[in-house]
Amino acid sequence: MAVELKVNGQVHAVDAEPDTPLLWVLRDVLGLVGTKYGCGVAQCGACTVHIDGVAMRSCVTSLARVGAKAVTTIEGVGAGPVGAKVQQAWTAIDVPQCGYCQAGQIMSATALLTAAPKPTDDEIDAAMNGNICRCATYIRIRKAIKVASGQVEA
Amino acid sequence: MDATFPHSPSRRLFLKTGAAAGGGLLLSFNLPAAGRAEGEATANPFSAFVRIAPDGVVTIAATRPEIGQGIKTSSPMLIAEELDADWSRVRIEQAPIDAKVFGEQSAGGSTSTPDDWTPMRQVGAVGRALLIQAAAQRWKTPAAGLTTEPGFVVDAAGKRRASYGELAQAAAGLAAPDPKTLVLKDPKTYRIIGKPQKQSDTPAIVTGKPLYGIDVRVPGMLYATFLKAPVFAAKVAEVDLAPAKAVKGVRHAFVVDGGTELEGLLGGVVVVGDTWWAARKGRNALEVTWADHPTSAQSSAGFAAQAAALHKQPPHRNVRTVGDVKAALGGAAKVVQAEYSYPFNAHATLEPQNCTASFKDGKVEIWAPAQNPEDGRELVAKTLGIKPDDITLHFTRSGGGFGRRLMNDFMVEAAWISKVVGAPVKLLWTREDDLQHDFYRPAGYHSLTAGLDAKGDLVAWRNHFVSFGEGEKFVRAAGMNATQFPFGAVPNYALDVSVMPLGVPTGWLRAPGNNAYGFVLQGFTDEVAHAAGQDPVAFRRRLLGEPRLIGEPGKGDSFDTGRMRGVLDLVAEKSGWGRKTGKGVGLGVACHYSHRGYVAVVMEVAVADGQVEVRKAWAAVDVGRQIVNPNGAEQQVQGSILDGVGSAMGQQITIENGAATQSNFGDFPMLRFADAPDVEVHFRVTDHDPTGLGEPALPPAPAALVNAIFAATGKRIRSLPIAGQLA
Ligand code: FES
Ligand code: FES
Repeated sequence: MAVELKVNGQVHAVDAEPDTPLLWVLRDVLGLVGTKYGCGVAQCGACTVHIDGVAMRSCVTSLARVGAKAVTTIEGVGAGPVGAKVQQAWTAIDVPQCGYCQAGQIMSATALLTAAPKPTDDEIDAAMNGNICRCATYIRIRKAIKVASGQVEA
Repeated sequence: MDATFPHSPSRRLFLKTGAAAGGGLLLSFNLPAAGRAEGEATANPFSAFVRIAPDGVVTIAATRPEIGQGIKTSSPMLIAEELDADWSRVRIEQAPIDAKVFGEQSAGGSTSTPDDWTPMRQVGAVGRALLIQAAAQRWKTPAAGLTTEPGFVVDAAGKRRASYGELAQAAAGLAAPDPKTLVLKDPKTYRIIGKPQKQSDTPAIVTGKPLYGIDVRVPGMLYATFLKAPVFAAKVAEVDLAPAKAVKGVRHAFVVDGGTELEGLLGGVVVVGDTWWAARKGRNALEVTWADHPTSAQSSAGFAAQAAALHKQPPHRNVRTVGDVKAALGGAAKVVQAEYSYPFNAHATLEPQNCTASFKDGKVEIWAPAQNPEDGRELVAKTLGIKPDDITLHFTRSGGGFGRRLMNDFMVEAAWISKVVGAPVKLLWTREDDLQHDFYRPAGYHSLTAGLDAKGDLVAWRNHFVSFGEGEKFVRAAGMNATQFPFGAVPNYALDVSVMPLGVPTGWLRAPGNNAYGFVLQGFTDEVAHAAGQDPVAFRRRLLGEPRLIGEPGKGDSFDTGRMRGVLDLVAEKSGWGRKTGKGVGLGVACHYSHRGYVAVVMEVAVADGQVEVRKAWAAVDVGRQIVNPNGAEQQVQGSILDGVGSAMGQQITIENGAATQSNFGDFPMLRFADAPDVEVHFRVTDHDPTGLGEPALPPAPAALVNAIFAATGKRIRSLPIAGQLA
């Protein structure tokens, strides 16, 4: 039975079992493949999306739990002013190496800057610690967050 | 106009000029793989290309796999520089995989930069010469009076200018000059090389565009998961497929018998569904009984016990002897002895292994995030019983490589599954599959003995290395070259080896061998320095001695003591070596040569309550006279050093009952954001051909870390990982 799912401002009729994690609905049903799979158990952050503005791990969030809430993914986050600023900073600093983790990093950073427009280093640590970067781009991620929040120049 | 020019004997550049479809100049070229037989037939040897369109846009085909090392940007930079292109108007396309067309398309061993350095610049220089020639003809003036500015030919007086786009059509009709007759640019005039250039895919990455293997979608595609035996190469004894087939969305479930070769198709159960989640649920419903396997008793603890026993015995063989170690140790004023070891380790690319394949009418099309795809073609052809020519391979970007994707097991699995189900299939491994079916960095055990004379100089060095293999043969990536420093710097030297058999798949992990030897050799060197009562930097300086070459010039393992001394001095200066640190704080140093790069690292750590905090790292790097892309170079050095920190801190794969016990990032910890120190990177420019940076900065990092921990606490770490040893 199809349920309605709101993603990036658009309502989709989705035919998937209610226990299906949002990650696989996005990727395999809707074809929104920007959200990545890294661990499936909420330990790497590659699958991070916003659900009603809150950063969540889509690999452990079932379709049933999302319900009528609004989902934002990497494909849509640039439509908001904070997301756009974060993406610009990521490009200016040229953060990615392989790039695989970066969708999740950008989603976590955008949620952080929405809640705390000028985060301290400790706040950045706390918000970003759940996102693994195997290429270890952490130094540039920190810098990009500071650029996006206007604390340092690119 | 056709004109072809063989390049150097080992790597011959073939080049052809002509008109591009849609107008403009097409420079086609290829770089046959080093070692490819002379005159070997190629269907179309000219499909790597540079295209200059009438609107002035320059398109360059990037031919090597991009795994996060930045080659998709840095290799085109070489062409664009000598072409004198306007970099903002250069577009980079990923070329398909075809060794016949593009030559070697692998990425490994940090070889891409040294291999591409000269021929790629020559391609650009030919293009520039043709455009100048076209302008000379148009203006009826000698070409010698003309020069270029980015994207334009101009006359010396600066009166006339013509864009590359305007000239491209005319240039296409000219004969190309022999690249060897062209003078390449003076590096002082570089406008693109040596300037930080952004990675070309960054805008697509930050907006979530489909780029990776896992993102491939083919019409009618199904999703597959493959449950393999926990014990490597064991087979299915018994399974009831009905519970998997009963799951909604599951289309197929079947047993793969599999072979015995660890790098090929192995036994297990495949479940295929409409979504990957459906397939995964089906898999979770399975109960499989695995057949007994001869390697099911092996364990990491067992290997360590065997190694300890072997260390007490005479070695199986001596690999290299210089002087007389036994006599020198007998006469030494001081003897230092220690055992070092490190565990199996996994690559853990953040994008798990995956591959998409579509098998139809005896032919298969494959989309693979691969580092070494041509070997995969052979493997697929052999396993499926089809001709290599009936396989079409497409590159995708890879979410990390680190050597894992030099193996092609995922490729043969996807092709096999597609053939069985008769539909295009995307195979995606779980993280658990990925950690439990890797080609691991082999564990290793070193028993080291050093002798010091009364002045504190190193007079003898012996390493009894216990590794895996049989007879004279090591398993993949488990061998050690005999010329690792301090070979050549100590008058009495011996490398002895003993081996034990192994039934665990092994392979190349970033800076293979060196990622472990750096820790062992530079950790022990530090111990010896302290035993000699000397400062660790001063001791290394003395050991390096006068600038000279150890080994054969130009060979990968020749070692220039002067270049190492240069980076050691530089890192000591930048880190403020010798300064006072507070209680529980220490500085550690290490320097290591690998992949033709010289890297010295200093780390500052603070240790409190058994917790290690890495405060900062400094790196000094010598990879020759030219850093092609300083932006990418900094990324690679920082990434490599943090990779070394993360792996040394907590990573290991433990074998029990023949299988890997770690399963996900909970028990295989990755370096995390809050634990990543700043890494200050300094390059030392020396007059040598540029070499690669994907690997050489990693090996000194674990040693600098354990040496810093010693400085902070007095505790010597001799086995990895560090976690748990300081409590
Ligand atoms: S895939 Fe969801 S946290 Fe790793
Ligand atoms: S950029 Fe490769 S995992 Fe983060």
